[in-house]
Formats: sequence, structure tokens, C-alpha cells
Amino acid sequence: MNGFVWIDIVLFTILAATAVGLARTRQLFAAAMLSGLFSLTSACIFVLQDAVDVAFTEAAVGAGMTTVLFLGTLALTRSREKVTPPRRSIPAALIAIFTGGVLIYASTDMPPFAAADTPVQQHPLTQRFLDDSMTEIGVPNVVTSVLASYRGYDTLGETVVVFTAAIAVLMLLGRGRPATSAEPKPREALPQPIQHDQRVLRVVSKLMLPFILLFALYVQFHGDYGPGGGFQAGVIFASGLILYALVFGLDAARAAVSPAALRRMVPLGVLIYAGVGFATLLLGGAFLDYNVLDAHDPAHGQHLGILLVELGVGITVTAAMLMLFYSFAARGVGR
Amino acid sequence: MIASHYNYWIAVVLLMIGLYVVMSHSNTIKKLIGLNVFQVAVFMLYISLGKIEGGTAPIVDAAFTVYSHPLPHVLILTAIVVGVATTALGLALVVRIHEAYGTTDEDEALIADRREAERT
Repeated sequence: MNGFVWIDIVLFTILAATAVGLARTRQLFAAAMLSGLFSLTSACIFVLQDAVDVAFTEAAVGAGMTTVLFLGTLALTRSREKVTPPRRSIPAALIAIFTGGVLIYASTDMPPFAAADTPVQQHPLTQRFLDDSMTEIGVPNVVTSVLASYRGYDTLGETVVVFTAAIAVLMLLGRGRPATSAEPKPREALPQPIQHDQRVLRVVSKLMLPFILLFALYVQFHGDYGPGGGFQAGVIFASGLILYALVFGLDAARAAVSPAALRRMVPLGVLIYAGVGFATLLLGGAFLDYNVLDAHDPAHGQHLGILLVELGVGITVTAAMLMLFYSFAARGVGR
Repeated sequence: MIASHYNYWIAVVLLMIGLYVVMSHSNTIKKLIGLNVFQVAVFMLYISLGKIEGGTAPIVDAAFTVYSHPLPHVLILTAIVVGVATTALGLALVVRIHEAYGTTDEDEALIADRREAERT
């Protein structure tokens, strides 16, 4: 038994306790904060299991973005839930226990955790990705080369999903004005500028802001060599601007990055990504086959293609995340 | 058995908690929080399948020879970002339901619907 097992046990205990806590509490505000803690703890577990890119994303998305969206919704709705009656909880508990029992029974058939002879590790693709990607693509971070090159179609699809979700939220919540003007008294919304007595918060967040944005750019452009890439960078960039909006007010953030610019940036990223695909088609290759981007050196073409594609992902994710936040926040201001 | 399978079991336990919250609670915001827990449980199962004993993160370097499988990482990385986008869509629907019914509780919204149907 090595030290990792003990770290595992501690993290799993925190994770399970957090999950039970957020299931039991009737304060939705507390549940939203606990779900942030839940994401952060699971990110630590992902690091232990060597999934550094995933941990990065989970920490930025789960603990940052999702929590902010939940809080934005709670500011617009009610933050207490009523008692769950036994007629709902008992059947649900029975179904959950039954499902869990079946899954645990099935898991006894699974290979031991981290074994080297599992079907996952024995699959020919494993060696292809790990051994040949350095010569075929020349990018040390295999996650990046699989994400942007080997499975480039997949990632294009995911980027389009983010684009679609942003458009759908924009349709549902509009640009911030509620459909009915006969609303009751204006409510305390999330991004009111924090009062002047919170001077420490304002100074500290202003000092941190350039570093957050610079770090996002580093994650964007260093994703080939270390953990990172367009998805993570986009979320970190957006969180930096959301921090600005939370501390200095929505109007200040809108003056810095206008909603109109965001509405252009969301499709722009998808267009850059798909545009690279069409460029490779025109150069005589297959869709998203970056080898043809450089006639003399295929590996250089791969580098160029991955850089452009990750840039497209980063632009769409940044703009979509920020637009989601604006939609929720502006809905509260308009009331 | 315990030492070699507890990673899978913790994912199952989290999945059960998430499933219970989604099914038992009538508050739609709480349902979405439960859905997030469920989602993370699935992510953990996937990531644990890619782990290999003595391996390191799949970033090629001359100092290492054993790496964890990169494919589950790629799939889950994009799934997380798609997950936040769908959560945001769900929350936008909750906001609209609250504006239309004055509640985020699905039972109360259904009762309000039934009353309106009786009136007309």
C-alpha cells in the first residue's frame, strides 16, 4: 500500500461527504457552493489518475463557471427548496440503490484498477497514440494531438455544441430584458457593483486580473507542450472577465467586452475551425488533414493546423461562457 | 477485490447519489445540481479506465516510458465543457419557468397548469 492510496481515501471521503451534504441540504445556495467543492475535489482525483488536462478543465469549469451560473440563477429565483415528501424520496432511493447494486455486481467483472493488461491498454490505438504521435504530429502532449488532430471531427462537433447552447440560452433569456414589463419591484441581482467599503476585494481582484488573462493565453498557446488547450484557456479567460464583472459591476464588464462583440466571436471560432477543414480540402487533402497545410514538412502543417483549431475553440468557448454569464446577469438587472 | 476495485465503486456511489437527487427532488435547480454529480461520477469511471500502474500523464518526454491512456482524457475533457453548456441551458429554462409560474418547483408548476386547464 503506497502513499497514493491514503491520498485517494482522504479525497474519496471528502467527495462522498460533499455529495451527501449537497443532496441533503435544502439551502440551494449552500448546495451550489458544495457542488463547486465537489468539482474541485474530483479535479484533485483526476490529477492522481494522470488526467492533468481533465483536472484542469474540471477545476476551471466545475468550480468556476458552473458555480457562477448556479448563483446567477439563484439570484433570479428562490434559494430555498421545500421538504421532499416520502412519496418522492422512497421510490427514488429504491431505484438508486437497485441501480447501484447492479453496477457494483457488474464491476466485479471489470479488470483490476490500473492493470496493464486491460482491453483499454491492450488496444492497438494505445500504441499508435503514444508511440507514433511524436513522429506523425510532433506534439509532446498526446491529449492535444488526439483532441485536435486524430479526433478533430469530434472536437469540431463539441465546439458546435457549445455554440448551439450559447445561441439557445440567448434565445431563452434574450439580451437581458424580460419579456413582460409588468414585473414586481426590482430585485437584488448578482452583479451590482460591490460597495466602496470592499476596497481590499477591488484592489486585489484588479491586481489579479492581468495575471489570470495572461495565464489563460499561456494555457492556450502552451497546450501543445503541457496540459492546456483551447477549452481550458477559454474558460479561464472568461472567468477572469466574470471576476471583473462581479467586483466592478456588469456595466463595466460590458464596456470592456461588449455583448455585440461576443455575438460575433461565438460563431467566429467555429468558422475558424471549419475553415481550416475547408482549407485542407482545397489543398487536396481530407477534411482536417493538417499534413497538406505545409507542402514540405507534414509535421509543421500539423503544428499550424492544431494552433489554428485550438484558437478557434478558445475563441468560441471564451465568448460562449461570457455570453452565458451576461445573459443570466443582465436578466437580473433588467427587473 | 477492495484494493483493486474501490475506484469503480466510489464512482457507483456518487452515481447513486446523483441519480437519487435527480429523481427525488422536485426543485429543478436541485435536479440540475444532482445531474452534475451524476456527470462527474461518469467522468471518474472513464478516467479510471485510462490509468495504468506506474504511468504518468500522457505528455511524451524522454524521461518516461509508461503513460496513461490519452483517449479517455480527450473524451471527458470535451464532455466537461459540453456539460457546462447544457447546464447553462437547463438553468436558462429554470429562469423562464420561474418567470412564468413564480416557482422553480416542478410539482407546483404542474398544479398551476392543472388549475388553468380546469378554469378554461
